[in-house]
Amino acid sequence: MAMLTYLQAISSALRDELRSDDRVLMMGEDIGVFGGAFKVTDGFIEEFGPDRVMDTPLAESAIIGTAIGAAVVGMRPVCEMQFSDFISCGFDQLVNVAGKMHYRQGLAVPITVRLPSGGGFSGGPFHSQNPEAWFMQSPGIKVVAPSTAEDAKGLLHAAIHDPNPVCFMEHKHLYRRIKGEVPDGVFETPFTARIARPGSDLVVITYGAMVHVALEATEALDGAAIEVLDLRSLVPLDEQAILDSVARCSKVVIVDEANSTCAAGAQVAALIAERAFEDLDGPVVRVATPDVPIPFSPPLEQAVLPSVDRVREACRELLAY
Amino acid sequence: MATNIAESAAGGAPAGAAPAATDQLLVEDRIWLLRAMLLMRGLEERAMSLYRQGKVPGSFYDGYGQEAVSAGPAFAMGPHDRLCILHRDLAAHLIRGVTPATILAQYLGKDTGITRGRDGNVHFGDRRLGCVGMVSMLPDMMLVATGMAMAFKLRGERRCALTWFGDGSTSRGDFHEAMNWAGVQKLPVVFVLENNQYAYSTPLEKQFAVDPVERAAAYGFVGVTVDGNDAEAMFDASRAARERALAGDGPTLIEAVTMRMHGHAAHDDMKYVPKEQVEEWRQRDPIDRQETRLREVGVDVDALRAAVAAEIDAATEEALAARMPDPASVLNGVFCEGEAEPLGDGVPRWSGFGAADGES
Repeated sequence: MAMLTYLQAISSALRDELRSDDRVLMMGEDIGVFGGAFKVTDGFIEEFGPDRVMDTPLAESAIIGTAIGAAVVGMRPVCEMQFSDFISCGFDQLVNVAGKMHYRQGLAVPITVRLPSGGGFSGGPFHSQNPEAWFMQSPGIKVVAPSTAEDAKGLLHAAIHDPNPVCFMEHKHLYRRIKGEVPDGVFETPFTARIARPGSDLVVITYGAMVHVALEATEALDGAAIEVLDLRSLVPLDEQAILDSVARCSKVVIVDEANSTCAAGAQVAALIAERAFEDLDGPVVRVATPDVPIPFSPPLEQAVLPSVDRVREACRELLAY
Repeated sequence: MATNIAESAAGGAPAGAAPAATDQLLVEDRIWLLRAMLLMRGLEERAMSLYRQGKVPGSFYDGYGQEAVSAGPAFAMGPHDRLCILHRDLAAHLIRGVTPATILAQYLGKDTGITRGRDGNVHFGDRRLGCVGMVSMLPDMMLVATGMAMAFKLRGERRCALTWFGDGSTSRGDFHEAMNWAGVQKLPVVFVLENNQYAYSTPLEKQFAVDPVERAAAYGFVGVTVDGNDAEAMFDASRAARERALAGDGPTLIEAVTMRMHGHAAHDDMKYVPKEQVEEWRQRDPIDRQETRLREVGVDVDALRAAVAAEIDAATEEALAARMPDPASVLNGVFCEGEAEPLGDGVPRWSGFGAADGES
């Protein structure tokens, strides 16, 4: 075990994969000599060389498209989008070529796309997005979103080992703020949900950076035993874990950092409405970013992102229902 | 502009004369090229009639008149090379080893088609034969082919990737991204631009201001214009491009100048195409040209035609009798469960392939 930041855990997973599997290569803008915009691959080029830690042209469609080509002839490419926002430029290759390949012709596309996502630090409309629901709507792509250092490493190993395209949503705001014990070496975290804190009076269902917001918001909240369910994987969605939590707690708050409409949490709410209606003791409550671009100026950004206060207030109101 | 390009590519050869375009082909090879083109035309005609009978669902696209564009390059590819084939390139599938019955089953939406009814008509590639099926967003497969070539180069393998795309594709960003990437990394990839004069109804002069073959130089590699209605010339240009690729000399852009003789799809009456243009191109039919060549060297072309017709009849019978996919299976296969199955190899056709060719 080692105490690692979320970012160090990601780096550790990538380094272990490069060391243990010749098929693995990193592709992205400024990831080699510069070590990546967030320094996730700092020092990699010295150990693994420029072929396996590839500084690519500034061309997201080409990063995804060539990764697909390399993957179908036996490589295991890990693509870095410098910011998750830029996946819009590679969207077509991901959803139309990679996502539909296996269904159409039985050809697997083992690529991992790392998507540094999320806001909270004045990144503005093009460096703060949470695009995970775009891929949830597109069959054939798995989507995972770790909230802890251990899961960041374990989910990344599992993503790289997976024979399918996997979007790995790594939250930029967690990179250096979150630390934790991480097992050494290669291990896989399953694409299932995790109970971040058990409880019985109410469950907050969320993922990514919002897990930490939920934990803080509900710690010692009026003496209630509040569960926090960390989804970890959005595709596949751990429906049984969600239904079990609802059965146990009967009251549900769902938190998304993403824009509200058709967010991952909207899918969770729909699932609960369809399959757990009888277990509910109150309305399903959602806390999410309203449907606006993420604004730059701190008071504006803080006004839209789900805060500890907003989540706490939502829980209080529902507990009193 | 269209006419100018066509004239330069035709090279001013008088109508009726059909000299061999290369000394790299034995008679058996030249027969194979004709056979592949005859099979392609015959199968597409058969599929079109099945479409008109309501047996082929969806829409129907064909490559009538441009059979040489796919036959020549596919024939030049070794078993370990990898191909991304476009929707008017049926001859490439046939050369690679897909059977006529499988192709008709694919059109018919049968369980025995390559995509088992998951995708339609020509949207397929047989992974067992080293092919990756196209998507409708063009030219997405340029990037996939570039990525395959990138892997070959990284692993030090002597093989290449080849893909086809149309004149309309040259307007999209993926064309630039693939050409640039392949040029920067000097990759073993062959880009075949099938310039068939129209992207759906849009003529060349509305698509680009400069003939795209000239762009190759700007990306740092070779671009050549070839008569796309000459299977042997297409073979030879592709053979040379493959040699460059395997020698580490990087990509090649081959502009195959041809003509889409039918509408974009079966519903399209091509009223936007001048009749004289179609008539002019009809005189340059790629099958007629190859037949003339082979008759001149004493090949019994009529017997070949009869054999191909019989093969298509048998394939039709087999495909029509095949089962439709089971609706209960419709959710299967979205994700790969378990181990990924790799791409297989194609069938080497050209007599010039030695034991070392295409080795990975």
